[in-house]
Amino acid sequence: MCLSVPAKVLSIDGDMARVAVGETICNASLQIVDDIRVGDYILLHTGFALQKISEEEAMETLRLFKELEDLDKRMDQEEGRPGV
Amino acid sequence: MKYIDEYRDKALAEKIAREIDRSSTGPLSFMEVCGGHTMAVRKFGIPSLLPDRIRLLSGPGCPVCVSSNRFIDRSVALSRRDDVIITSFGDLIRVPGSSSSLEKEKAKGADIRVVYSVLDALRVAKDNPLKRIVFLGIGFETTAPTSAAAIRKAFEQKMNNFFLLSAHKIMPPAMEALADEGVKLNGYIAPGHVSTITGTGIYKNIPEKYGLGCVISGFEPVDLLQSIYMLVKQCEENNPKVEIQYKRAVKEDGNRKALQLLQEVFVLADDWWRGLGVLKNSGLQLRETYEQFNAFTMIDVDVEETKEPKGCICGEILKGLKNPKDCKLFSAVCNPSLPVGACMVSNEGACNAWYRYNR
Ligand code: SF4
Repeated sequence: MCLSVPAKVLSIDGDMARVAVGETICNASLQIVDDIRVGDYILLHTGFALQKISEEEAMETLRLFKELEDLDKRMDQEEGRPGV
Repeated sequence: MKYIDEYRDKALAEKIAREIDRSSTGPLSFMEVCGGHTMAVRKFGIPSLLPDRIRLLSGPGCPVCVSSNRFIDRSVALSRRDDVIITSFGDLIRVPGSSSSLEKEKAKGADIRVVYSVLDALRVAKDNPLKRIVFLGIGFETTAPTSAAAIRKAFEQKMNNFFLLSAHKIMPPAMEALADEGVKLNGYIAPGHVSTITGTGIYKNIPEKYGLGCVISGFEPVDLLQSIYMLVKQCEENNPKVEIQYKRAVKEDGNRKALQLLQEVFVLADDWWRGLGVLKNSGLQLRETYEQFNAFTMIDVDVEETKEPKGCICGEILKGLKNPKDCKLFSAVCNPSLPVGACMVSNEGACNAWYRYNR
């Protein structure tokens, strides 16, 4: 029940939204969040939007991983092993 | 699916795992304190990707698991009243109380309805004006604002047949209690969705007072591994602090609107946690303004004497001192179809997760 899933906002009517979790469409209350727009991704938890998911941060986190990958390659090279 | 697939990239996960192996020297134990993490760690087999010297422990992060038998017994007693309809999240109704469970009462004819959201409970109240609708409020800072929102709605709409039986809790007192008890830890994988609401401030004490790092983590394999990597680095550099790995959903100051709502509706009270006992100011109870919605005080019932299930070591497991396989009842006597203790009932319970993924 603690689980929250990313959902895309399809439409908004007052403090309720229709959202898509993958293929499934459901309702989400917007009572505890501010500034949600159609097209945003939110975290859905027991019928409530908890927070907007930040696209930039999602990309940034993945970019950090990529950097980690590059670092790994460099270290492999320094250690004289072929990079994977 | 967006924000899921990218974080399940196998090659990337293996890469980070290798990085963890390379950067860690001594043995390290990290604890997650979130049912969602318990489940994800087992489901994705995270321990098998890590070197043996890094251990992962499950803490008191599953709301159903930490709730008291007393709470179940009171719910059972309420369900026996003809004028009451109980509304509850699904997991909870299967938890064995001292002599019965909500599931057993339902089979005997009590009106107990499983809901997905507290909003469904409000709807039941509207549809049944002659009954008293009790919502069993469990969960941490993630779920408590949804109950608070429902109470506000009930207040604005002047409803007089909706009640909350709150067992809502906040996370930091439990994390500090474990450190106080001296459970051997090197850092916390801090709960992602709790932090979505609270932000980072609530963990401040933990590095400062206990020297334990907290990394707020997402729920996919790449998230968890990166969080472990960040904790390893903190340990190796001897620099415990609060960091956010789950940046796409957690802001430093959290969700202000939800926090305001929590503040408006609830007040801190002492509360009982399975395994940890009574922790000061760790529970959320309704403020006086909302007393008319308080199921504890507004609906009178006799609650039976509390008995704990014999042989169940849930309490030790929730403290990270034992793992489910240490329990003699695990699997043969206690399993998801016949749970003896709360940790086997919930999907997010350690015993349940071990049964499904780690037998
Ligand atoms: S296996 Fe069952 S009885 Fe044993 S600790 Fe877990 S829930 Fe309790």
